[in-house]
Amino acid sequence: MTLTHAEPAPSGKPPAGHPHVGVTSTFVGMPKFPDAARIELANTTQRRNLAHATGIIRDKRASVVGELDNWEELRLAAEAIKNRTLRHLDDYLVQFEENATKAGAVVHWARDAEEANRIVVDLVRETGSDEVVKVKSMATQEIELNEALQAAGIDAWETDLAELIVQLGDDWPSHILVPAIHRNRSEVREIFLRRMKDVGRPAPEDLTDDPRRLAEAARLHLREKFLRAKVGISGANFAVADTGSLVVVESEGNGRMCLTLPETLISVVGIEKVLPSWADLEVFLQVLPRSSTGERENPYTSIWTGVTPGDGPQNAHIILLDNNRTNVLADEVGRAALRCIRCSACLNVCPVYERAGGHAYGSVYPGPIGAILTPQLRGTSSKVDQSLPYASSLCGACFDVCPVRIDIPELLVHLRTRVVDEHRGGRPTAEAAAFKAMAWMFGSHRRLEAAQKAATTSNRFFGRRKTIGAIPGPLAGWSSARDIPVPPAESFRDWWKRERGEQEPRS
Amino acid sequence: MSAREEILDRVRSALADVESSDVTETPIDWSYGRPVDTGDLRLVDRFAERVADYRAIVERVPAGELGATVAAALAEVDGPVVADPTVRGRLGVDLNWRDDDGLSAADLDSVAAVVTTAAVGIANTGTIVLDHGVGQERRAASLVPDVHVCIVDAEQVVSDVPEAVARLMSQGSSVRPQTWISGPSATSDIELDRVEGVHGPRTLHVIIVG
Repeated sequence: MTLTHAEPAPSGKPPAGHPHVGVTSTFVGMPKFPDAARIELANTTQRRNLAHATGIIRDKRASVVGELDNWEELRLAAEAIKNRTLRHLDDYLVQFEENATKAGAVVHWARDAEEANRIVVDLVRETGSDEVVKVKSMATQEIELNEALQAAGIDAWETDLAELIVQLGDDWPSHILVPAIHRNRSEVREIFLRRMKDVGRPAPEDLTDDPRRLAEAARLHLREKFLRAKVGISGANFAVADTGSLVVVESEGNGRMCLTLPETLISVVGIEKVLPSWADLEVFLQVLPRSSTGERENPYTSIWTGVTPGDGPQNAHIILLDNNRTNVLADEVGRAALRCIRCSACLNVCPVYERAGGHAYGSVYPGPIGAILTPQLRGTSSKVDQSLPYASSLCGACFDVCPVRIDIPELLVHLRTRVVDEHRGGRPTAEAAAFKAMAWMFGSHRRLEAAQKAATTSNRFFGRRKTIGAIPGPLAGWSSARDIPVPPAESFRDWWKRERGEQEPRS
Repeated sequence: MSAREEILDRVRSALADVESSDVTETPIDWSYGRPVDTGDLRLVDRFAERVADYRAIVERVPAGELGATVAAALAEVDGPVVADPTVRGRLGVDLNWRDDDGLSAADLDSVAAVVTTAAVGIANTGTIVLDHGVGQERRAASLVPDVHVCIVDAEQVVSDVPEAVARLMSQGSSVRPQTWISGPSATSDIELDRVEGVHGPRTLHVIIVG
């Protein structure tokens, strides 16, 4: 049987009202970020797990990045290579297709999630197989491929340890790189004991919560699936235009298993994953592992070009996926988000992500990058997507660590403008009216003096209080979390007149 | 309109602001392929140190001791060992050899160890690159068995990733399947605790010759 997110969880965290993971469908009743975050903040286990995990990974990243004296140069190169790719994406896509085809792969194009899923389902059916093994892939999560396969009667087995934990736990991923970052070892043990037996080799009965034992249980459970699988499904970290190669970066070897043992390999690749040349890999194979897992190089990187007789899958299919990426590309400012290489460094340094966790973002792309990528991919019509550009304190830590120099704070502000503009629909907002009144007041020194007089006179209402406290009415939400000082007893202008007599302050 | 034409059309209209058709209008200010410094350690010493940092086993031996070193590395291994004839010839030792004549996945699962050579070693990252040419087996053979003994010649070691990429291109490896290996299979998915040995070989034994 296939486990999907649509099934009710047998126990543990209920999925009811939980945000949808893909970016393809609109989930009715999906809470906006502040509401979802409030619920997640109350989960103290998750907050402890996240603080622990992001703390470790931040330190590791800082230490391996510190080893390179040309880190800034690498970031600038990575940014420039991605900018060149995006600005000439049509050329590079055509070049990639030509070279991959020449090397024996079959290239398909998919306008949206539905089309991509249909191509995959048809390809799997042609093989006669009713199951696939999967390499961890954000693109296939985005298009909700597992659900589409299940609807077609095909079992999809996630083989990355964290994805396995999420799949067996009827849960949602909460981090791009470490999807089960919100789970601790005892929860993982419980999930393995409870669910492995339903879908294959059961977990050993004497399983402990030692990560070593848990990884061993996953090894045994998945090995029978790897050895019998006829079809593997992957994404790709990079697609190289001048050779037609695909690159997958991983740690456990589950990727290598899926990429080499099955007869048929289907790779779903976002159109923004292209790099111009094979030589460009030297930049990305340095910045990606150091930014994501904090390693000098990840344990395994697989690079393949079409089909190699006698080695690996003899049927290689590549699906080039748009799914609204061209909408993002059309925004001259917003297109910078397509440089993202999904390293997740921005998640690990984000104070908002660390406390709220990944589920609150209501998307497969959580954290700072999710806050700009999701509303661009999905549009800003729903409450959650309107709220995502505000899910940030704009502290800028995400930009500092981004290996492709995406100015996430700038894009957040850009998207806030878009949300406000779309929302307003031409009518002036309360802020606009307030600013207009302010402009009128500051426009003349007499009006300003009159306003200051009124304010300082009002001071006596506050007695000895130093702050105003919560204000009723439309400012209630704003004022309940802020200390607004009471107006001074005397304005600067009045003080000047009193101290300096008739001498007017120079203006 | 086909999906291909429609997506390419969408890309082109999204890029209406890009005036030049010349890709170099976006300059890449980066010099490719150059060697870099390996710090306070010489090239091969740095390589050995960084491979060991991943908790792989690393030995450095003169050419004459290679056969005996590989035999000792496999002394505890119980079961057949896959290596191609060029590797066996070079080692000149008698082990429980088995040919990889298109072994099925299940057959590979019963192989205890594999001995391969490599295409390049990268000092600063402690990475070995296989391009699965002669001596290196096909990809599955260096993956499924639990022990991987990898022979790297000292002159195959380069400073860092840029020099490695340049060398792989000059060797014609850029269109071959490649596996870059940095230590044994590992996961950090449970509370970010690193655990060696998940699906790939749990023991990686790197022998540097010369």
